[in-house]
Order: sequence, then C-alpha cells, then structure tokens
Amino acid sequence: MLRLDGVSKVYKVGTFGGKRLEAVSHVSFQVNEGEVVSLIGESGSGKSTIGKMILRLLPITSGTIYFDDVDIATLKGSALKEYYRRVQGVFQDPFSSYNPIFKADRIFRVIREEFFPAVPLAAWEDKVGKSLKAVGLNPDQVLDKFPHQLSGGQLQRFLIARALLLDVRFLVADEIISMLDASTRIDVLNLLADLKSRGLSILFITHDLSLAHYISERAIILYRGCIAEMGLTEKIFNYPLHPYTKMLMASVPRLDKKWENGKTPLPAKPPGLTGGCVYYERCPAGIEACTHARPPLLEIEKDHRVACIRYRTE
Amino acid sequence: MTLSLQVKNLTVYYQTLKGPIRALEAATFDVADGEIMGLAGESGCGKTTLGRSLIHLTPPMKYIHGSVRLDDEEPPIWDTERMNEFRFKKISIIPQYAMNAMNPTRRIGKMTEELLRSRKVDFRTLLPEIKRRLALVELRDDVLDLYPIELSGGMKQRMVMVLSTLLNPSLLIADEITSALDVSSQKAVAEMLVEFRDRGCCTSAIVITHDISILYQIADSILIMYAGQLAEKGTTETIIHAPRHPYTKLLISSLPKVGVKHSEKRLAGIPGSPPMLLHPPQGCRFRERCPVAFEKCLEEPPFVEIESNHSVACWKESYPNAQA
Repeated sequence: MLRLDGVSKVYKVGTFGGKRLEAVSHVSFQVNEGEVVSLIGESGSGKSTIGKMILRLLPITSGTIYFDDVDIATLKGSALKEYYRRVQGVFQDPFSSYNPIFKADRIFRVIREEFFPAVPLAAWEDKVGKSLKAVGLNPDQVLDKFPHQLSGGQLQRFLIARALLLDVRFLVADEIISMLDASTRIDVLNLLADLKSRGLSILFITHDLSLAHYISERAIILYRGCIAEMGLTEKIFNYPLHPYTKMLMASVPRLDKKWENGKTPLPAKPPGLTGGCVYYERCPAGIEACTHARPPLLEIEKDHRVACIRYRTE
Repeated sequence: MTLSLQVKNLTVYYQTLKGPIRALEAATFDVADGEIMGLAGESGCGKTTLGRSLIHLTPPMKYIHGSVRLDDEEPPIWDTERMNEFRFKKISIIPQYAMNAMNPTRRIGKMTEELLRSRKVDFRTLLPEIKRRLALVELRDDVLDLYPIELSGGMKQRMVMVLSTLLNPSLLIADEITSALDVSSQKAVAEMLVEFRDRGCCTSAIVITHDISILYQIADSILIMYAGQLAEKGTTETIIHAPRHPYTKLLISSLPKVGVKHSEKRLAGIPGSPPMLLHPPQGCRFRERCPVAFEKCLEEPPFVEIESNHSVACWKESYPNAQA
C-alpha cells in the first residue's frame, strides 16, 4: 500500500548551509494493508524524518514514496487533500499538538470545515461521538474542555480519534507512547492493535524495543539513516544478525533478565568516513573491508534482511 | 547495616492560590549505606517532590512536618540558607534537566572551578581526581576546555554526573537521568552510576525514574509511590516478582516485556487516572482504581512492614480480617 523506493533526505547544515547531512540514506521498504511496521532507531537515526516525508511535511531529496502506486510528490490541490484523508500522523508530544487557548475539541471542528462541509451538524456530532468511543473515551467527559484539563493519554487518543474521522488507512505514529505513563500507555498501544485489526496500516516509530515487539509484525532497525536490519519482528528479536541490533537487544532493560556485564560502547562522534558502513566506528566486529563500501541490504532468509558485510557471501 | 538516610513522616505541600496541593504525605523510609534505592511511580505521584525536598525545598514547595537524618546529622531541609552546608557536600542531585544544568557562558573547567570555590575547595588539588572520574564516564580531559554547547546530550549528562559527585556526597539523588537517552547510552549511564557507588563517589543513591525495568537492573531496593503517598517498598526482587500492593501489581503487569506480543497476550492498563491532589479523596488514594477495594479502604491505610524489608500501605495486607 505504501512503498518507499530509495528515499534519501539531505539537510543543509552549517552557518551558510554549506555542509550536507544525510539524515536518511536510500531507504526502501513497504507497508501492507492492515499491517503494523515498527521503525526503530536512536535519536538522530532519521526515523522521524521518514515519517515526516511520508506525511509530506518535508520534501524528499531523492527517491520516491508511492501510496497505492501513486507518487505522492506529484499530488497537488484536491488530490493532496484526498491523500490527507487517507494518511494521517500523530506525534510524540500531545500537549504541543494543541493550541492551548482553544478548547481541545476544536481539532474536530477544523476537520469538518476542511473535509466535510456538507455533513449536517447533528450527523457530525454523532460521528465524533462514535470516533471518541472507538478510542475508548467517554464524549461527555472529554468534550468542551481545554487541553490542560485533559491528561496526556486523553489528548493522544483525541488525536487518534481525529485521524479516524477521516477515512484514514495509513497512520504514522511517531513516538506516540513515550510521553505517556506506564498505566495508560498500554491502553493506547492496545487501541492501535484494535485499529489494525480493522484494516488500518500503521508505521509505528519508536525507540522502545519492547513496545515495538508487542505491537508489530515487521520491524525495521535504522542506524544513521540507513536500514541495518529489517524483517519479521520474531526473527529480528530472536535471531538478530546485525551487530547493532545485537547490541540494542542486549541493552534493553528487561524485567525477566539482568544485563550481562561488560562495557556498553557509547555512541561515537559523527562518522568521519563517508564511503563505508555507518556503524563501523562502534562495531566490535568491524574489519578493514567495512570502510570501503556501504554493505547492501541482503535477504539472508525469507523476510529477514541485513546490511552487514559479514553476511555477504552466505 | 548502618543507615545513611532516615526520613520520618516527611510531608511537603505546594502552596497555590486554590489551597495546598498535597504532593508528599507522611513519607517514612530509610536508605542503607551503599544502597541504591529506586523511586518509581507515574508522573505527578510526588517522586520528584520527594527528591527535591531532601536538597532544595523552595517555594511554592512548603515544608509541613517530618524529619530527615543523614549519617549523624539532621539537615534542616526547611531552611534553605542553612542547607547550603549540606548541599553538594553531603547531599547532591543530578537534576532532571541535567542537559541544561551547566552555565552556557563558561567553559566547563572554569565553571567547575567556580563551583568548587563556592564550597572553598581548591580546583587544582582536585584536578587529578576530576580527570580520573572523567575517564570513568569515558569523557576526555579536554572537555574542561569546552563550552557545554559543544557536548552532546549524553556527554552533558555524564559531565553533570561527575560534577554532582565531586565532593563524594553521602546521598546522591538522580532524577530521571536515563529517560532522555537512547537504549545503549541508557545502559552505559546506569552502569556508570553503579560504578560510582562501588567506588565510593557517593555513599548511597536515590534513583528517581518512571522506568521500572531500569531499576530492576541497577537498584537494590525499590520504593513505589502513588498520588503523593508511599505505596510499597521492598528489595528489587520482591517488588518485581512478589509485589503485594494492588497498584504495584497492576503497574508491573502492564509493562510490555520483550517477547510478549499483542496477538498472543493482551496486556491491560490500569483504568482511571490518579486523583487530583488539591482535594485528595478520603482514605486510600488508590481506592477508586483498585480492583480489590473494600469498606475499610475509606480509612487511610498505614505504611507498615509486613515482612522484613518489605512495607506496604494497603488494608488487604495489614488489616487482619481482610484476608478472608
């Protein structure tokens, strides 16, 4: 349904924009109907940039994003509006998604004015009520309130309800759980899972591996803009191949297992070399050949791809 | 086992125009020498208030009553001026905003020098020790010549960790030091904190976090707070594997573990939300969300020791007729 084909994003940085920073580098993947795909990476890995490019909040430097086989960069005017009817995003900080001087339910009114001007008010209110119930909120308790009167979990569910008002088929969920408390985050996560079973596709952007494993069928591990490993969640979590994925799996704080001893390598400075593997500077298994060329993303077994030179010949 | 910190009945409110917000109510607990105590709970449960009360109690925070004993002294936490003798030397904090805690207009070395001079400690004599500790957190000596803006978030965090513990405080309060970091840096920083304790850079520590799985890795004991009150305290193993308070049980079972999938096992959250602390409900503050609440819960449950090193504030555990 949504397909990224060799997508890159280069930011111009430095005082006069003279330097280039490749935030996303030749990323290709696909999200199918009714599927949750987790995009996992540390800060600066380019995961949010990918989400923003899908939502057309950022222009793509090179490559193409297809939605239903249409290049989204070509969409204009009413076609673009149609696109936003189907593709929506929810972001990390629910408090900054609202204008604090207006009541929170203004976001629903704006949707009506923009997308459904023909729907009569009574029918619209009915639709809003249904959509709020679908995300587990009681309309009487949450409508007609200012953002500060609602909790983070409620506001986050408000935003998902807003997306549901449209005939949304693809949701970009960018770190939507990380600001929520433990007791409410699991409810929002379950909500996403329910929506998935109703046919919604979700790109779940996160840095939390246990959340990603809980909800997604497939996972993509990003490191410095490059895909390190992707495939079925089980395979990635149980049989990680890339040294970076292995290190991540060993660092996750778990309740059933203590950390193994041994020093955790800290993130190195931005890479000096440009040609080789982006993980080379932190990699415990790096060899000289890693500096020559960026390893291609190869399919090692069915639904499991990895970009590491050690898996080239097998 | 000697006790490094003893807190008795500590109650701190926030003064507002609408009335007092009862953010911390009758906290009684102790931390042993060399113990890392984890302090966990949802946002707004009073964990940061408790941490800050022990070191810098300023308006709108208002000291109501209670006492604190650190080693053989009683820090006057209600007196901001007199606390200066304790702050940094005896009690130190790595604040939640550690990334912005350093003076942006000074080189880090210069700032450290000024900081030490304010405590009448000579920078030069301490310099070799500073360098040793920088090496411990994998920072190079030349960070002292840099401005804070030149460091990454994780590096600043580690720098503040070194600064906070320079005078080997008896008690180190670490407030959400790992929450803003990536998993790999998170593990590194957490392990460094343990190493600091092992090397005596601080005698004991209180680690405040909302992430219980981090505490399971590094803490010796865990204190769970709910809505301004202590809910349960015990050793890490007890709290994780055999919790007794209904809130702790629900909280721990709601955490997704690696290996648990939604399609196989649907986890449940805790219905409802914490009460407003301006007018907290009578009795147990968890009553309204508690699946096992009964009539007795209309009275406030005492925080009592039900077995050695394990205290719970729940009538189901402490009221003799409740078990039946």
